[in-house]
Amino acid sequence: MNIDNLKKRSAMLRALREFFYAHDFFEAETPVRIPAPAPEEYIEAVSAENGFLRTSPELALKRLLAAGGERFFELGKAFRSGECGRKHREEFTILEYYAAHWDYRKLAAFTAELFAAAAREVCGSPHIEFQGRAIDLANVEYITVDEAYRKYAGVSAFAADADGSFDELMVTKVEPELGRDGITFLIDYPAARASLSRLSAADPRVAERWEVYISGIELGNAFGELVDAAEQKRRFAAAYRFRAEQGMKPYPEPRDFYAALERGIPESSGCAVGVDRLAMILCDAPDIAEVRWE
Amino acid sequence: MYSASDLKKGLKIEIDGAPWIITEFEFCKPGKGTALYRCRMKNMITGIGMEKTYRPTDKIDTPDIEEREMYYSYFDGHHYVFSDPNTYEEMQVSAETLGDQAYFLLEESLCNFVLYKGEPIEITLPTFIEKEIVETEPGVRGDTATNVTKPAKLDNGFEIQVPLFINQGDIVKIDTRTGKYAERVNKA
Repeated sequence: MNIDNLKKRSAMLRALREFFYAHDFFEAETPVRIPAPAPEEYIEAVSAENGFLRTSPELALKRLLAAGGERFFELGKAFRSGECGRKHREEFTILEYYAAHWDYRKLAAFTAELFAAAAREVCGSPHIEFQGRAIDLANVEYITVDEAYRKYAGVSAFAADADGSFDELMVTKVEPELGRDGITFLIDYPAARASLSRLSAADPRVAERWEVYISGIELGNAFGELVDAAEQKRRFAAAYRFRAEQGMKPYPEPRDFYAALERGIPESSGCAVGVDRLAMILCDAPDIAEVRWE
Repeated sequence: MYSASDLKKGLKIEIDGAPWIITEFEFCKPGKGTALYRCRMKNMITGIGMEKTYRPTDKIDTPDIEEREMYYSYFDGHHYVFSDPNTYEEMQVSAETLGDQAYFLLEESLCNFVLYKGEPIEITLPTFIEKEIVETEPGVRGDTATNVTKPAKLDNGFEIQVPLFINQGDIVKIDTRTGKYAERVNKA
C-alpha cells in the first residue's frame, strides 16, 4: 500500500458516487449486522453477537426495491469468512446497485459506463494500463458462458457443470481469457448456477446472470432479479439443505425478505462490485493489499 | 494431514509417495463458486514441476521431511561421511547424491541437510569455500579483466574457469551454488 493508491481510491469512490447521482440513483445505507444472511453454497458469514456480519447488502436492498425504492446504490463493507488471497479479503468493500424496470443487459451497459467514468477520474482516460497490458474500457465484449467454455476450455458449460469441473475450468481456462484488452461481460449462466437470478424467458437452460471482467479479474456479479416468491423459497430451501450436508453454519430464514417477496418486488436488475478489485485495476496493482490501508 | 486451507508457498507436501514443495500459490474463488487452491509445485527429488488445484474438502499428506545441520567428516573410500554436531551420529552419503558438490566439501564444513524418510535429498554447502589452484597456465600480469577466462585445476582435480591473472598456488573463493570462481583470496 502507498498513499498515492489511497488517493486514487478516494478519487474512484467520488467518481462512482457522482456517476450514480447523475443517473438519478440515491445512496442507501443498510445494516451491517443482520439476523439472517442469504444462504449461499460457498459463502460463509462471520458470526456476530445476535446475528451475522452481512456477506453483501443484497436482501436488505431487495426489500428496499419492494418498498418503492426505484434506483439506489450502497457502498460499504461486507465480510466473508475464510477468504484471503491476492484478490480476496475477509473484510472488503462492496458496491451494490439496483434499478427497477431495467433488464440485466441494460445494467451491463450502465456498468461499463460506470467503470469508464471511474477510469477517467483516476487515470484521466478510459485507456488504462494494467500489469503491462493496454486496456480500453470503451471496448466492451459480451460472451455467453457456454460460448466462453467452448472457446477457451473446449467443453460446453452445461457439461462442465454436470461433471463438477465448472469452477476449476473457470479459474484455469476461462477467466484468464476474459477482459484481456477491455471489459468482458460473461453472460447467461447455466440454470443450475442461477443463484438469485431469474431464468431466461427466451432460453430456460440459462439464467439472467452476468459477471464482469477486466484483465481476467472478476469485478462484479449481476442478476435479472428473481422476484417469484415461491421459486425464491424453493432455491433457498435447496441452499439450506446443501449447507447442512456440508456442515456449514445454520442460518435462520430471512422472514422480512420473504414478506417483501410476497408483497411484490418489481421486475429489476442488480449488481454487486468488488470495490477493492476495481481499485487494483485503476491503480495498476497486482495485489489487493496495495490498494487498502490494513 | 494438511487440509487445503493450510496450503501456502513453501509448504512441503506428499503426493503418491514423493515429496513436493509448493513454489507458487493462489487462493481463487470464481463468482458464487467453490474456493479453489491453485498450486504450482516442484518434486523435491526429481525437480519436475507441475500444477495442481485443490478443493476445500481435500486432504493432503504430510511428507516425512526433516532438516538438520551436519558436519562433513571424511571420505571412507566409498561414501562421504557426515556427522551430527550434537549427537556425533554419522551418516553416509553417496557421490551420486552430492554430484559436483563433492569437490567443494571441506572437512568440518557445516552443511544443511533435507532428509526425506531419513534419506538426504538435498545438501546445501556453505555458500563460499576457498581452494588452492594447483594447475593453470601462467598468469598474465596486469590483466585484471574478469570476463576472459582460462581453465584451472583444484587440488582434487576439479576444473573451474578463472580470470587470466590467476596463478598456480593462488587461493580462490568459489561459489558452491554455481561451482564458479568468485574472487581471489591470496596470491601465491
